[in-house]
Amino acid sequence: MNQVKRILGIVWILLAPLAIFYLVKTAIHEIENKPVIDTKIQWLVFIIVFVPIAIGLVIFGYYAFRGEYDRLPESSEELEPKPPAP
Amino acid sequence: MNSTPAPERGIWKIISASSVGTLIEWYDFYIFGSLATVIASQFFPKTNPTAALLSTLATFAAGFIVRPFGALVFGRLGDLIGRKYTFLLTLIIMGGSTFAIGLVPGYERIGFAAPLLVLLLRLMQGLALGGEYGVAATYVAEHSPPHRRGFFTSWIQTTATLGLFLSLGVILIARHSLAPDLETSIKKFNDWGWRIPFWASIVLVAVSIYIRLKMKESPLFAKLKSEGKTASNPLKESFAHKSNLKMVLLALFGATMGQGVVWYTGQFYAQSFVENVCHVDFEQSRTILIWSILFATPCFILFGWWSDKVGRKWIMITGMLLAVVTYRPLFNQLLKISDVGAAKELTEKKEIHNTLNLIPTTENSIRITTTKKFFENGNALVETRTDSLFANGKMSSTPLVKNTTMLGQSAYWEMVLIIFIMVLYVTMVYGPIAAFLVELFPTRIRYTSMSLPYHIGNGVFGGLTPFIATLLTTIYAGDKLVGLWYPIIVAAICFVIGIVYINNRIDPNVND
Repeated sequence: MNQVKRILGIVWILLAPLAIFYLVKTAIHEIENKPVIDTKIQWLVFIIVFVPIAIGLVIFGYYAFRGEYDRLPESSEELEPKPPAP
Repeated sequence: MNSTPAPERGIWKIISASSVGTLIEWYDFYIFGSLATVIASQFFPKTNPTAALLSTLATFAAGFIVRPFGALVFGRLGDLIGRKYTFLLTLIIMGGSTFAIGLVPGYERIGFAAPLLVLLLRLMQGLALGGEYGVAATYVAEHSPPHRRGFFTSWIQTTATLGLFLSLGVILIARHSLAPDLETSIKKFNDWGWRIPFWASIVLVAVSIYIRLKMKESPLFAKLKSEGKTASNPLKESFAHKSNLKMVLLALFGATMGQGVVWYTGQFYAQSFVENVCHVDFEQSRTILIWSILFATPCFILFGWWSDKVGRKWIMITGMLLAVVTYRPLFNQLLKISDVGAAKELTEKKEIHNTLNLIPTTENSIRITTTKKFFENGNALVETRTDSLFANGKMSSTPLVKNTTMLGQSAYWEMVLIIFIMVLYVTMVYGPIAAFLVELFPTRIRYTSMSLPYHIGNGVFGGLTPFIATLLTTIYAGDKLVGLWYPIIVAAICFVIGIVYINNRIDPNVND
């Protein structure tokens, strides 16, 4: 299962830019068809909202690929940041 | 660090206090969406009804998009100063902005200032709601015994749906109560009576504030604060440290993203689809949802309780899978039920009514012709045609024609059943999720860390569902079900991530 998690990590890394590409392509097409301010604002908001989420998906995919989700933490000590080495 | 859960009698007081305020906040938020078509006509230019509806949905969506920011702002407050006072603040902001929406004059009186004001107030609603949910669920979960956390937090989960139920009920009552004659009452409602549900909220909010003032701070948080162990910068701890950030991302992509789209598709988009795509009568579209919600709401508690026995993951995942597989057939059935094209008309029962209304200060008039056709399957089609008649004898070349389907009894209850099934999926994905999210994060950053994925999943992914789905039907106009691809694809991705990456472990100790 850990192997599946890591391989899927690559899928998430690729899926995010693909989704943004589709979003931007649709936005350009729609704005060309209806070049009014309402349409431009609407699609701009979509892009502004979904791009950071897509970046989050890339980070998620990267963590998955690196094996960060091979084992989920079971106590808060595992989540606490480690103190710097003396 | 030890913290004893509240005795069972005490937990019900806590649940009631948390739930009442949360329910009111959901009511405040949802009356806007429930009245989208009426608000469109009041605040947005009447040039194009679809554009006006989209503008309203956009304002509706703006309130959702801003929720994660509310989660950050109030999440930080909640982790710094405690749950109780943040609870009060969100309620005051929500109640105040809702009441104010009811006071804003229409577009015809103050022009573009009207939609701008409504948008600003809607954003404040979204900010307040962003701060509300996380603290309510955290508050109850931190008081609950570990083996009943799912059951007790599921009561909080009912408040969103019950808030929607209350908003629909208040709207229908207001719509029927403004005049002895129903038609006049509806006309008054569309003119000014739609403001009543917004004003009514201030009374409900005052009650909630009173209840919340009596609440004590979460014992866990109070203990942390007294020991100096609260996070000085919960935002930084939540998102700048990899160990926390990775859990926030997992919660979003593996749970709340799919839960959000299922929630809003099964309730909001379903009602919008029935009204605007199936063209079912306004009141029927709302009472159908009311009945479905009424029958399905106990299942929030059922699935919350069951998640304490079998874990949270599989219940939520199954709900998402069922949604992905069955949404298209279910919505297709809604179309079939309301379609009068194939049914045989009972021509002998056809009714035609004409009314002529003089336009004041002119010699022109408006003629409204209502044609009611009855069909063998029990449904009726009401065509309302509005012509302008000018004093020089000419008529308007483009009459306004609106078709509405009145469902017969068996069609009506079949629709209730279909939407009940969709709301059942909602209860599966939403019932256990509060306990799931609380168990994922440690106390000192819990409020901030669980609020953000929750509000992105529900606010952004879920809240935008009706808007994006409607938009897709205008882009790909040939397929009335094309809007469903958005929730189906999002839920499918979440299903895969949830199955692969999330474990089914119930945390025995959230008191850390």
